[in-house]
Amino acid sequence: MSTIANAGTHSVDHHGDHGHHHETFWTKYVFSQDHKMIAKQFLITGIIMAVVAMLLSILFRIQLAWPDKEFPILEVFLGSKWAAGGRIHPEFFLALVTIHGTIMVFFVLTAGLSGTFANLLIPYQLGARDMASPFMNMLSYWFFFVACIVMIASFFVESGPASAGWTIYPPLSAVPKAISGSATGMTLWLISMTLFIVSQVLGGTNYISTVLNMRTKGMDLWKMPLTIWALFLTAIVGLLSFPVLVSAVVLLIFDRSFGTSFYLSDLVVQGQILPNEGGSPILFQHLFWFLGHPEVYIVLMPALGLTSEVISTNSRKPIFGYHAMVYSLIGITILSFIVWGHHMFVTGMNPFLGGVFMITTLIIAVPSAVKVFNYLATLWRGNIRFTPAMLFAIGMVSFFISGGLTGIYLGNSALDINLHDTYFVVAHFHLVMGSASIFGMLCGVYHWFPKLFGRMMNEKLGYLHFWLTFIGAYLVFFPMHFMGIDGVPRRYYAFTEFPFMEKWISVNVFVTWAAIIAALGQIAFIWNFFSSIWFGKRATQNPWSSNTLEWTTPVEHIHGNWPGEIPTVYRWPYDYSKPGHHEDFIPQTVPFSETMSSNLPHDFEGNAEAERIQREWELANNPQPEKETE
Amino acid sequence: MIAMAKYTQDKEELTQQKAKKFNLWLGMIGMFMMFAALSSGFIVYTAGGMDRGIKTLLPDAFIYSTALIVLSSVTMQLAYNAAKKTLFSRQKMLLVATILLGIGFFIIQVYAWGVLSARGVVFVNSNASQSFIYVFTGMHLAHIVAGILVLIRALAGRINNIPQVNNVFRMDLAALFWHFLGFLWIYIYVFLLLNQ
Repeated sequence: MSTIANAGTHSVDHHGDHGHHHETFWTKYVFSQDHKMIAKQFLITGIIMAVVAMLLSILFRIQLAWPDKEFPILEVFLGSKWAAGGRIHPEFFLALVTIHGTIMVFFVLTAGLSGTFANLLIPYQLGARDMASPFMNMLSYWFFFVACIVMIASFFVESGPASAGWTIYPPLSAVPKAISGSATGMTLWLISMTLFIVSQVLGGTNYISTVLNMRTKGMDLWKMPLTIWALFLTAIVGLLSFPVLVSAVVLLIFDRSFGTSFYLSDLVVQGQILPNEGGSPILFQHLFWFLGHPEVYIVLMPALGLTSEVISTNSRKPIFGYHAMVYSLIGITILSFIVWGHHMFVTGMNPFLGGVFMITTLIIAVPSAVKVFNYLATLWRGNIRFTPAMLFAIGMVSFFISGGLTGIYLGNSALDINLHDTYFVVAHFHLVMGSASIFGMLCGVYHWFPKLFGRMMNEKLGYLHFWLTFIGAYLVFFPMHFMGIDGVPRRYYAFTEFPFMEKWISVNVFVTWAAIIAALGQIAFIWNFFSSIWFGKRATQNPWSSNTLEWTTPVEHIHGNWPGEIPTVYRWPYDYSKPGHHEDFIPQTVPFSETMSSNLPHDFEGNAEAERIQREWELANNPQPEKETE
Repeated sequence: MIAMAKYTQDKEELTQQKAKKFNLWLGMIGMFMMFAALSSGFIVYTAGGMDRGIKTLLPDAFIYSTALIVLSSVTMQLAYNAAKKTLFSRQKMLLVATILLGIGFFIIQVYAWGVLSARGVVFVNSNASQSFIYVFTGMHLAHIVAGILVLIRALAGRINNIPQVNNVFRMDLAALFWHFLGFLWIYIYVFLLLNQ
């Protein structure tokens, strides 16, 4: 199979070979430039990071439920500095919350989700041999990997990891002396995030460029699956917003390490007056949320794309309102850039400006509702197959609705005075962004596992995993709404310290037990995932009877994806259960000339010649009159 | 049959090149967004109080560095044209000239920092509008360093006699990026001039 690639001559039997001769272990599994391998690398790294972040959350949940109880085992594992006497140290609690948020938002739901599925599906579903620049793609993964290592390494420095919250607001994050978490740990956080942004920009440019330049013949934009639309728009949002975070972070680094005063002013720390003067911490919030809010949609939109595909496939129905789905994604993309102020209603913002941000925020309800109605209409009277992927997709719709509803309250600048920084916010974003996105990601893993690894995952374990996670997530996050309405602030260490919060400890115990059970439920997934890679049932080429291009590639991964020529695309990806066709799906590669019995007038997009041929065929074959009416 | 396969493959490679060039455009959009963020940060900060703002005249050195970077864009374009016409020694000479002009630009910018510091307009400053001058020029210089590395890579390709298709492609990308850096500097300079 190895080819001799002299300069200027190309081997004929080995398509897309750009000098990849002898593949060694290093070039195949480690510094791979193959989009399929990079997708696997992103996925497995993402899963490992998710497990780490989940364990961190269990640790702080234990503190919240039993603030006065000693757990000697914690001291055994965490040492006497962070868990002296078996109780989590307050500063370590803040670090846990911070790193849990950072890893989940960025490392799992941004890199793990987009990185995996954009890499896997963009070339596959568009009919490309690989990404525009496989080398940049490889760099993207390795920057991400180093960012992960640096972030985890911050647990092993003397002063502990960053602990100013995942939003790292200055002045707390900018003054190393303020808390121990703002010392070396914060520096590592900033280094890690800078590497992470480099990774995202390298990956994102590749995704956009591949979608716009490397589609196969016939694949115009309106024939792209919704997964691709979602991943494409996500990459655009990332490209426009991540560089802004770089600027914010660079100024923060200067404030921390060089003594400038971009964000700092009038500070007294431990009795000492700091020299920094004239800075504005609000400036950081503006820059941060200009990324931070689009980031929410960077996390959510891939999940919307993946579930659209899975719900349509497993309802055996065309997606309802394909164009509306695309336009609502575009609407979300644009709106995501003009709503950041709703995170800052209580920073002393001019109320008129707050009103503007409130209106733009509430408008997002429109495209979101369009998507929800289209999901439900696709499911309506579908021939539903409840695969684990389908259950997770439906779960995503559920969380998107229940979490999205509370967004209407939070987006209101007057109500937000009451709800800001309470558990109501925690409940809201863990449902609409956390749970919905992770369900989208898990849906994608179950659905595309056969494409990733050539084997099937165990369905029974999948069902167990789904129900434990679905019920667990609601039991964990739903009660938090009530705590928030009562005014309980987020990130507080011990509820016993405040008389008005003490009554909520019983709820915290309930939530923590739900979290522990849901976390144990993930063992079913981890076991299922890793054992199926080697021992799962072998997959067929198209196990879900799906229409999209990735299922026309061989089960065994080959370099360049298709052994021969890249297939041509003739139709949109959602021809499921088309009346008059003998099967309930018609892949995108099947031309209309092979499906004369099921063609509809609008299939031809006004092509008069094709319509004439179809009419002649119908006359000659004398179709059933009732079929005409359908 | 073989000719057909070769044709498809060449076409695929051409698409790949087009896509890579598009990557560079997107990358430039990303870089521009970074400077746009700094600009809006500057505007928001400066609008926050009467004691803020640049409050000094920009050093004349910036005029000379602007002239240098514009000139280097011209030499770069000529080098690219020479590469297309396979005038290789001319291409090499002009590339070296561009690199030298780039280094000259770098030196003048650092000299301008010295001029500013001598006036008391220092980086660590309770009027962060003045610190912003250093951030803008410093971040731009970081990109100039990257640009010079790209130019050196194009030069190395020429010296190692890589195939002409790749040579022209490298030169194409290098020229595009270098023009962008010039444009970026002019944007920053005009932005600072309007706010001085």
